[in-house]
Amino acid sequence: MEKKLNNPAIFVDDLSFHYGEKNVLEHVTMEVKQGSFLGLVGPNGSGKSTLIKCILGLLKPQQGSVSLFGEKVQKFHQWDKVGYVSQKANSFNTAFPATAFEVVSMGLFGKVGLFRFLKSSDKEKVWSALKAVNMKDFASRNIGELSGGQQQRIFIARALVSEPELLILDEPTVGVDVESSESFYKMLKDLHREKKMTLVLVTHDVGVMTNYVTDVACLNKQIHFHGNTKEFEESSSENMSAFYGHHVHVIHHDHDHK
Amino acid sequence: MLPFLKYEFLQNAFLTGIMVGLLAPILGVFIVVRRQALIADALSHITLAGIAANLLLAKWFALFAGANPIYMGMAFSVGGAVFIEQLRKVYKHYEELAIPIIMSAGIGLSVIFISMADGFNTDLFNYLFGSIIAVKQSDVWTVLAILVVVLLFVFFMYKELFVLSFDEEQGKLSGIRSNWILIAFMAITALVIAASMKIVGILLVSSLMTLPVAASIRIATGFKQTIWLSVLFGETAVIAGMFLSYYLDLASGGTIVVCLIIILSFSILYKKLMSSRKAG
Repeated sequence: MEKKLNNPAIFVDDLSFHYGEKNVLEHVTMEVKQGSFLGLVGPNGSGKSTLIKCILGLLKPQQGSVSLFGEKVQKFHQWDKVGYVSQKANSFNTAFPATAFEVVSMGLFGKVGLFRFLKSSDKEKVWSALKAVNMKDFASRNIGELSGGQQQRIFIARALVSEPELLILDEPTVGVDVESSESFYKMLKDLHREKKMTLVLVTHDVGVMTNYVTDVACLNKQIHFHGNTKEFEESSSENMSAFYGHHVHVIHHDHDHK
Repeated sequence: MLPFLKYEFLQNAFLTGIMVGLLAPILGVFIVVRRQALIADALSHITLAGIAANLLLAKWFALFAGANPIYMGMAFSVGGAVFIEQLRKVYKHYEELAIPIIMSAGIGLSVIFISMADGFNTDLFNYLFGSIIAVKQSDVWTVLAILVVVLLFVFFMYKELFVLSFDEEQGKLSGIRSNWILIAFMAITALVIAASMKIVGILLVSSLMTLPVAASIRIATGFKQTIWLSVLFGETAVIAGMFLSYYLDLASGGTIVVCLIIILSFSILYKKLMSSRKAG
């Protein structure tokens, strides 16, 4: 067991990926320790989502490898340890006739297994996941009737319901109003602190992110920076201008009233 | 007993109709939410090719004269279903192309078989538009067998089908073997289409899969309710349609579809009324 704890939650080793002729990722090496909260930043089209899909085994890289909790992703089977919230707009039919409760319960299906049904203890888990994202009162509403921010909370609940040890969020606040995205970040912070969950947050919102994460990785085809938040802040202005191609100030949004 | 049911052939038709009215909408829900409503049309046309092939063979060989053409229809339909899934992989970015390809292949083959046999008798007409007097006892047993298979499949695979319909990526992530399940689902859909055609006819089979769902999706809350309402609408239309067909001497497929359209209109109206009441 001890050995397992030392394994990083995610280890990406010299990974390259191309769609046809187009190089999307070049020699990416990255490690996410268990218990850390990584912000993965990069401009649009920098390969962030592709990297996440490689990490999850949804795409197969042409070169390099990915390990989850010390196991190669091709052989990894404990998918209930991993929660994933994708960019909502791409993978979701808003007219789908399912209630919020039904959507959240999907997160348990992998754990429950083939030919089996949800027990009442499973339903309790769905309720507590809905409670964790403050959406209990909306459980019996159709997912399509909810606002963008509320839908996103439901998808987080779906990822949380199987009590994952690693939660990966791909631009979760796109299309969500500022107010709900702020309370959303707070929720992530709580998950990280109280439940000791390992989090990976993909975002292009550099400023907000640095208030919450412990580590930062900057990606633009290659990894340009990989270290803890403090190092990132110290080096950030030069990093960022090299990275985005112009001068960027990292602005801190301290609405956190601690 | 209702006078309507005093003849054996009507009992056969009635039993088959009730089973089909249950099966087609259940599968239809998954098909519609996966935005593949036209697949039922493609498969029904390939079924027609199978039936035409059987009728042609029956003309040539005495061996086939006794066979129920529904089996050949099923074989073609299942083959077409597997082929569609393969074509969807070939045309990754134009998945919907698989449907017109299979559909035109079905019609093309049917027309060739029909012309080779110098045209057919009323039999083919019955398959095209559905006829309750053409349902045989053996059809009832065949449909019953399909009913058992489909209900078991959907009952035990409900979770998997639900996740795959909502979001295939998530399904793969939770370790669901999506390819296997989707091909099995298509094969089962093909069986149900072949089973339904005696009642509603090949040209109208897809309506029994999609129209009840179109009606229920407007007003249902949640996925399970969508399924139950679809079945309720499907059964209502099948039963009402068969009565009308018998008493007014009309083709059963047509009357069932008209009943479905009426139900659909009511559901759309109901939804409008409810939302305007909410707004006002």
